Amino acid sequence: MTETSRPGAATADHGHVEVDSVVLSAELVEGGSVASHDVAEYALWLGDDALVIAQQLGWWISRAPELEEDVALGNIGLDLLGHARSLLHYAGAESGRSEDDLAYWRDEPQFRSAHLFEQPNGDFAHTIARQFIAAHYLFELYTRLQASGDATLAAIAAKSVKEVDYHRDHAVQWILRLALGTDESRRRMVTGLSDLWPYVDELFVDEPLIDRLEGVAVRPSSLRQAFDEAIVPVLAEAELDVPRGFISSGGGRGGRHSENLGFILAEMQVLARAHPGASW
Amino acid sequence: MTTPAEPYALPAEASVEVSAEEHQFNELIAADSRIEPRDWMPEAYRKTLVRQISQHANSEIIGMQPEANWITRAPSLKRKAILMAKVQDEAGHGLYLYSAAQTLGTSRDEMTDALIAGKARYSSIFNYPSPTWADMGAIGWLVDGAAICNQVPLCRASYGPYGRAMVRICKEESFHQRQGFEILLELMNGTPAQREMAQDAVNRWYWPALQMFGPPDNDSPNSAQSMAWNIKRFSNDELRQRFVGMCVPQAEVLGVTLPDPDLRYNEETKQYDMGEIDWTEFHEVLAGRGPANARRLQRRREAHEEGAWVREAAVAYARKQAVAATAVA
Amino acid sequence: MMSAPGTSEKEIWPLWEVFVRASRGISHTHVGSLHAPDATLAVRNARDLYTRRGEGVSVWVVPADAITTSDPDAKGAFFESPAGKNYRHASYYSKSEGVKHL
Repeated sequence: MTETSRPGAATADHGHVEVDSVVLSAELVEGGSVASHDVAEYALWLGDDALVIAQQLGWWISRAPELEEDVALGNIGLDLLGHARSLLHYAGAESGRSEDDLAYWRDEPQFRSAHLFEQPNGDFAHTIARQFIAAHYLFELYTRLQASGDATLAAIAAKSVKEVDYHRDHAVQWILRLALGTDESRRRMVTGLSDLWPYVDELFVDEPLIDRLEGVAVRPSSLRQAFDEAIVPVLAEAELDVPRGFISSGGGRGGRHSENLGFILAEMQVLARAHPGASW
Repeated sequence: MTTPAEPYALPAEASVEVSAEEHQFNELIAADSRIEPRDWMPEAYRKTLVRQISQHANSEIIGMQPEANWITRAPSLKRKAILMAKVQDEAGHGLYLYSAAQTLGTSRDEMTDALIAGKARYSSIFNYPSPTWADMGAIGWLVDGAAICNQVPLCRASYGPYGRAMVRICKEESFHQRQGFEILLELMNGTPAQREMAQDAVNRWYWPALQMFGPPDNDSPNSAQSMAWNIKRFSNDELRQRFVGMCVPQAEVLGVTLPDPDLRYNEETKQYDMGEIDWTEFHEVLAGRGPANARRLQRRREAHEEGAWVREAAVAYARKQAVAATAVA
Repeated sequence: MMSAPGTSEKEIWPLWEVFVRASRGISHTHVGSLHAPDATLAVRNARDLYTRRGEGVSVWVVPADAITTSDPDAKGAFFESPAGKNYRHASYYSKSEGVKHL
């Protein structure tokens, strides 16, 4: 609130604060076009990934290891929530649904998120491991999606790629500190990375939808090499091995989810669903 | 300007020799100038500031919780984004204030330790629970509204770092009250259940918001000294009165009823007469017997303790890097 | 010599002072401080904390204990000497008043 004279303020000079007027940029990235059914489905994949991870990062605010990190994780969560809103807005236009219709009124099988994004926050090392994988994947994806034949997806990617580039750096900084810090932090980082690693492969699986979107979507398998090339040196510097072991069968793009998504959605949707048709 | 012009109150035997530094401090206060960290200052002035700024910082940090409760359940993605940004701002504000207090020689670690040990105070308003979404509206409109009334004059507090932190905070908070008002407005324009939720939240937050201005002037022992030092610019009752004066027309726009049957405009004083505030409840909550005191501190303690290994890891890494850099050189 | 106010050796993460260039063409200005374990994280924390509303195009961070300040008890010796040296100011030269381009 700007400090101005108001009824009741009488004579008093109550101190003065000026609120800078700024030119506000658009909240959602839009191309003004309506996606075809297949493009809408693809936007849903990407939008659900961003929404599910943003929803989880929101939990950290007020619980981070230090106040500075509350702010850092808040920024990352807000970036991802912004991507989710733009993508869901675009995905819903084809069927006349809003971003909120898609976020709050779809059930679990209708979600398209990959399992990685659904994995629980765990301790800070788990969250960092999830961020590390997600941000590197998203950076490679959005870098290429900027050249998409679909102008809206290209515009969303152009805005998002700069943000996930920063998320990548944030995760790398913490991977190094946790892996090379104390014995305890190293133990936790090793555990976090090996708990999240089974969900990496799913990100790079080509589904039939991708064949139908040549020139529009980015082929997931084409990202794998760049992803590996980016993370291997970081893991080497952190003296971490690429984990081996279980590989999840995935299935998120087809609506088959990990155990955790049900809980995430139950919490996210509980209030909206208690008031059908309400506006907030 | 209505600020008291006389320098800070000297002891009764003012004939005692005033040191050159003290004289300079008095002159700066009398000229409504600012005191900066390395300046000489009376011990009581320093203590008052550390107490007030650290309480203020603690309030921002504990105050994150009632709203953070609803981030994961916000009913639309736009509201989720707004709430995340707001709670995140509060972490930033706590941080600015801890930094201001730190210039007086008390470290953030010390203040945090005192907070989680239950030895430090914070605004008792945050010991009330936030069971419904409408609480996000009522907290923004009433709690942030009252906080802003308190804080805007603090931008001119005589202690430089405090005033500067408050300027930044007030600028950033300019959206906090508006977003709360808009939440309530949406609810009041919504379904009967939404309207009921909004009125219920206003009923629960109105009186605690009035208590945020502190005890009545005749029962506020430190106020006079703080005003003489130009830390505080207006009395508790003045600010409370001003706040009520702003709330009444806003409540009309919202269509909510303020839960004070004695609230009416007094043509003679040109102010609102209001009902009696329950100061017994205020002191009970302040003394740790509020509905959510234990929960708030527990949550803060858990976050701090569970973050310890992360903070230590970062320090250990920094040390190793520094050693490696020296070895190379 | 004194370092910047607020430094404390007891703290687990040291204090950093933050300077932000608000836009091209103006100097970095002190905006506040923060805690960070090292310079790499300090500059990132500064970005996250002090530029999230687009307040800057460049950020500096300096360890608070690396700043040397003038002695507050020597204010007189340090800062009173300019008084009386009016000839350092353009307004001292009044005879050229009214002459253009001077």
